Amino acid sequence: MNKDISLVVNGEARYINVPADKTLLDMIREDLNLKGTKKGCDAGDCGACTVLLDAEPVNSCLVLAVEAANKEVTTIEGLAKGGELHPIQAAFIKHGAVQCGFCTPGMVLAAKAILDKNPNPSVEEIKEGIAGNFCRCTGYKKIVDAVLASGRNIQG
Amino acid sequence: MYLPDFDYYAPQNLEEACSLLTHLGSKAKVLSGGTDLMVKMKHGVISCEVLVSLKELNELKEINYHQGKGVVVGARATHNDLVNSIILNEKYLSISEAAHHMASNQIRNIGTVGGNIVNAVPSADLPPILIALGATLTLVGPEGERTIPLEEFFTGPGRSVLAQNEIVTFITIPNQPTTGSNYIKFGLRRSGALAVIGVASAVTMEGNIIKDARIALGAVAPVPMRAKEAEAILIGKEYTDDLLEQAGVAASKECSPISDIRGSVEYRRDMVRVFTKRSLKAAITKGHSGEHLETAHSNNI
Repeated sequence: MNKDISLVVNGEARYINVPADKTLLDMIREDLNLKGTKKGCDAGDCGACTVLLDAEPVNSCLVLAVEAANKEVTTIEGLAKGGELHPIQAAFIKHGAVQCGFCTPGMVLAAKAILDKNPNPSVEEIKEGIAGNFCRCTGYKKIVDAVLASGRNIQG
Repeated sequence: MYLPDFDYYAPQNLEEACSLLTHLGSKAKVLSGGTDLMVKMKHGVISCEVLVSLKELNELKEINYHQGKGVVVGARATHNDLVNSIILNEKYLSISEAAHHMASNQIRNIGTVGGNIVNAVPSADLPPILIALGATLTLVGPEGERTIPLEEFFTGPGRSVLAQNEIVTFITIPNQPTTGSNYIKFGLRRSGALAVIGVASAVTMEGNIIKDARIALGAVAPVPMRAKEAEAILIGKEYTDDLLEQAGVAASKECSPISDIRGSVEYRRDMVRVFTKRSLKAAITKGHSGEHLETAHSNNI
C-alpha cells in the first residue's frame, strides 16, 4: 500500500508517494536522495539516523514515513545556509570532533536540539542530550567541547 | 533491514479506530509511538497485515488536571511530554523524573506512555510509579469504555487484559492524600538501559507517622507488582531507618526475579532491599520529587 504524503524537508515542501511500510530514514535516503542521514543499527539504539521532526530529535529508523506527513523534517543537509556552515558544524571541524564521521550528522542534529532549547548548556546537559548518539571512535570529549563552544558562538 | 509489507490506516476518531480493529481482528496492530513495535516488526518478532495508527487522535496527547478526577494523561503523550508537563512537574515530579530517565532523548520524543504500558514489558519504567500512585486506565472498545486499576492490567510478560479491539486512551492519577512519591531505577548505564530493578513508592505522612504506603516493583516479577508485605510493615508506624530496612527485606522476599544478562536472582533481590529503603526515604523526606536513578560502575557489573 502506497500513500501520498506532503511534508516540509529542510524548508522545502515535498510531495511524495511512499510505501506505508517505509521508514522515514529510508524515505530520506532513497526517495529524497539525502544520504547525510546515516543508517547504523536501524533499531533506535545508535542515533546515527537522528533528524529533527517538528524541531525535536527523533530516530528516523523508528518512524514510518507516513507518520511524518504534514510535519517538518530537518536533516543535516538543511543546516548550512548559502554556502556557510552552521556554527555547530564549524565548531565540530575546529575542535576535531569528527573522526570517521558516521555519527556526525546525528550528533550535530542532537547538538542543535540541545542548543535550540538552551544556548548555554552545561557539560552534563550536553552529555545527556547526546546520550542517544553513539560515537564508536569514542571521540566524545571533543564533541562535547565543540557543542560547548558552538553554544557560546551562537549566543554571542 | 526493511519492514515487512503492511497496510496502514490513521483513523480520524476513536470510534473509527475501534471498528477498524474489530473488523480486521488479529490481522491488525495498533501503532502509537512505534519505538518498540518498529524494532519487533523489523526483527520478525511481531507480524501484522495492517497497522492502525493513533496519530490523528490528538485528544490523546493532552495532559490535563480535572478537579474531580485528578491528573488525566493521554495515552499518546510522549515520554518527553511527561518530562515537560507543568501539571506533572507541580503535582507528581516523580512521574516526570521516571520518564526523564528512560531511553534517550530521541526515543523520549517518539515513545508514548500508552505504549510503555500496553507492551507489558516487566522492566518498563512508568508502570511502577503509576501503580504506586494508584493510577487507573481507561480502555475504549466498540462496546464503550471501561476503567480499571493499572495494577490489574498486566497478566504476564507481554500480556494484559486489553482486548484486541480495545485502545488505552487515558491514564488517570487520582486526587490523593499522599505526601510523597518516588521511582528509583538501577540500570547498567545512564541512558538507553533497561531497568535491572525499579522501585516506586508513595507515602502519606502525618508528622513522623506513615499513615499509608504503596510500593511497586519493576523488573523483578512477570508483571509490575505491589510489595504488600513491605507496605504492611510500614503502615501506622513511626518512620525510622530500621523500619525501612525491615520493609526492604520484606520486599526482597516477596518479589520473584529471574536471572538474565542484566542481573542474577540474588543480585536483584538484594538490590530490591536497598532500593526499597532508598525510594521510601526519598518519598518520606523529599515529597513527590526526590532521587531517581542509580547506575552501575564498570567494576560492579
